Amino acid sequence: MKKPPLAAVALAAVLAVGASACGGTTKSSEAKDNGAAATSGGKANPNAPIKKNLKLAFLPKQVNNPYETIVDNAGIAGAKEFGGQAKEVGPSDASASSQISYLNTLIQQRQDAILIAANDPNAVCGPLKQAMSRKIAVVAYDSDAAKECRDVFINQASSEEIGRSEVKVMSDLIGGKGKIAILSATANATNQNTWIGFMKDELKKPEYAGIKLVKVAYGDDDDQKSFQQTQGLLQAYPDLKGIIAPTTVGIAAAARYVSGSKYKGTVEVSGLGTPDQMRKFVKDGTVSKFELWNPGDLGYLASYAAAALASGQITGAQGETFKAGRLGERTIGKDGEVILGPPTVFDKSNIDNFHF
Amino acid sequence: MAPEAPAKTRAPAARAAAPRGAARLVRWDVIVTALLIVVFAGGALGTSDFATGDNLSFALGDLSEIALIALPMTLLVVAAEVDLSVASVLGLCSALFGALWNAGWAIETIIPLLILIGALGGLVNGLLVTRLGLPSLAVTIGTMTLYRGLAYVVLGTKAVAQFPQNYADMAVKTVPGTPIPYPFALFVVLAIATAIVLHATGLGRALFAIGAQEEAAFFAGIRVKRIKLLLFVVSGVVAAFAGAVYTLRYGSARADNGIGLELAVIAAVLLGGVDFDGGRGTLGGVVAGVLLIGLLRNLLMLRDVATEIQSIVTGLLLIVSVLTPRIVARVREARRHHRGSLPAPS
Repeated sequence: MKKPPLAAVALAAVLAVGASACGGTTKSSEAKDNGAAATSGGKANPNAPIKKNLKLAFLPKQVNNPYETIVDNAGIAGAKEFGGQAKEVGPSDASASSQISYLNTLIQQRQDAILIAANDPNAVCGPLKQAMSRKIAVVAYDSDAAKECRDVFINQASSEEIGRSEVKVMSDLIGGKGKIAILSATANATNQNTWIGFMKDELKKPEYAGIKLVKVAYGDDDDQKSFQQTQGLLQAYPDLKGIIAPTTVGIAAAARYVSGSKYKGTVEVSGLGTPDQMRKFVKDGTVSKFELWNPGDLGYLASYAAAALASGQITGAQGETFKAGRLGERTIGKDGEVILGPPTVFDKSNIDNFHF
Repeated sequence: MAPEAPAKTRAPAARAAAPRGAARLVRWDVIVTALLIVVFAGGALGTSDFATGDNLSFALGDLSEIALIALPMTLLVVAAEVDLSVASVLGLCSALFGALWNAGWAIETIIPLLILIGALGGLVNGLLVTRLGLPSLAVTIGTMTLYRGLAYVVLGTKAVAQFPQNYADMAVKTVPGTPIPYPFALFVVLAIATAIVLHATGLGRALFAIGAQEEAAFFAGIRVKRIKLLLFVVSGVVAAFAGAVYTLRYGSARADNGIGLELAVIAAVLLGGVDFDGGRGTLGGVVAGVLLIGLLRNLLMLRDVATEIQSIVTGLLLIVSVLTPRIVARVREARRHHRGSLPAPS
């Protein structure tokens, strides 16, 4: 058998690379012509009735994720209110490309609206544009797709509202007076830092003059480390009145430490948490109130937005309004975003209504 | 298609015992092809959105990378080797594609470079297997993790998007007048070439011989190591090219692209009737296997069958595909013994 001239092949390939290196399609040679996005067409008619028997499909990041299941089931229930049929389909893994074949299938099935929590804002873009060019309404929820590839995005929370409301909740708990600390995730976590920025701004208001923020500690979203940081905070500031933990890992660790310490009942723990992980601490009195957006409302609002789009009431332009059932009238903001609203406050009275 | 395993030593009595026509019919690759026809016909009759040009082009497009990588994988498995690092080579090349494109490189430079990287990745696999005599399963589990790690070093958790439209079109658009996307058309051409190599050349016969009995092949003068090294390099090259296709098709370069794809490829090859122990299989069977997995998945999705059920169906099909030929062989063996024990008719 003849020796395959491996070296020669490699050499030829190198030469080919060299030859093609001069000139060619580069990023800078590409004119940016991505603005010409397909739209689901037409002018908005705010008085158009919601069409009957609309077919809606929820495509979550992955199926069997408890959080996404709550969102989608609430959306499916919402669709029943306006006489639509909604379903949830989706991949079992949350990789970037796994949603594509589902999108293609939904286009083939001629759904009236596709609601997607995008795993990758760009990977889903091609099929979504195709869907829009076929007059399928596209609503992103929970996790946005690239702007030009969807009609509207239902944003679960505005950073400003989260930051400011956490200060307000804490102020209520400690009677507007005393030292507080923040237990955050990592020092460079984007979400947390934005929220903390708004918290600090809110604290400048005169009604919070009696509250002093003594320290921002970082538990790195690690249970053990957050636990130790809580311990450290309480040793350093024995007269601390409250801890705000704007992270689900941090709040659970802080509550666990406080519930087993002598500080239980004197130090308030609040922040962002899920009802399932906080139930125990709310029931044993460690935590009075905490917040998170209501995932059910997110799906419900997405469902109504999809119906409004598919019925021609809105097109996704800024300033358009639509009615979202029990959530009332909603306005589309900048970049086609609809904000769900202030986060839900959970306490002893309502926590048993939520399971996620 | 071409005869199976010419190098396989088999008692002539066995061949004589089973009528040739019947033996052909129970061959797994024939069964898979029949199943494919059943699925297609069932889909076309029972689901109105299935046999449309649009849907078929989606379904075929979705298969592009799996189908392309399945070709060299078939050759490897026939030679009783396997390459589990293919999806990681794909991911590494996707990440590199994104990083270099972001750095302002020309796409015409990037793609040849990716192919070179793929060849290098394959060469490392091949050298570890042939020079150090390590089992390819172990080696490529290692390089699978290694190459995926490198992909994350290159691009981290970022995603690069906005590739040029004309290249993206090449990865998505169909050959005019057909529902066949360009990458799948390339697969068809390469499949024909691979079929010729495997079933009509000395190299193909050498692969079957290596897979059936490596030592015997070596003593028969076949350059076992060199051929295996070549197979791994080809596997790397095809995986790298598939990485470029994948990136353009989804318009998103990421380090985690194609995670788990190697298992889909191996599933298609096994479903196509290639023996995992080597020495047996046909390329026609693999092509049918690839199409069967893709179209069945598409059909189940169109019918809103839950993801879990989809995996269960594919899994069962795979087990049946590995099991059936063995059962058939057992039955044949038993029959032969049975006949052998009968008194000869006088």
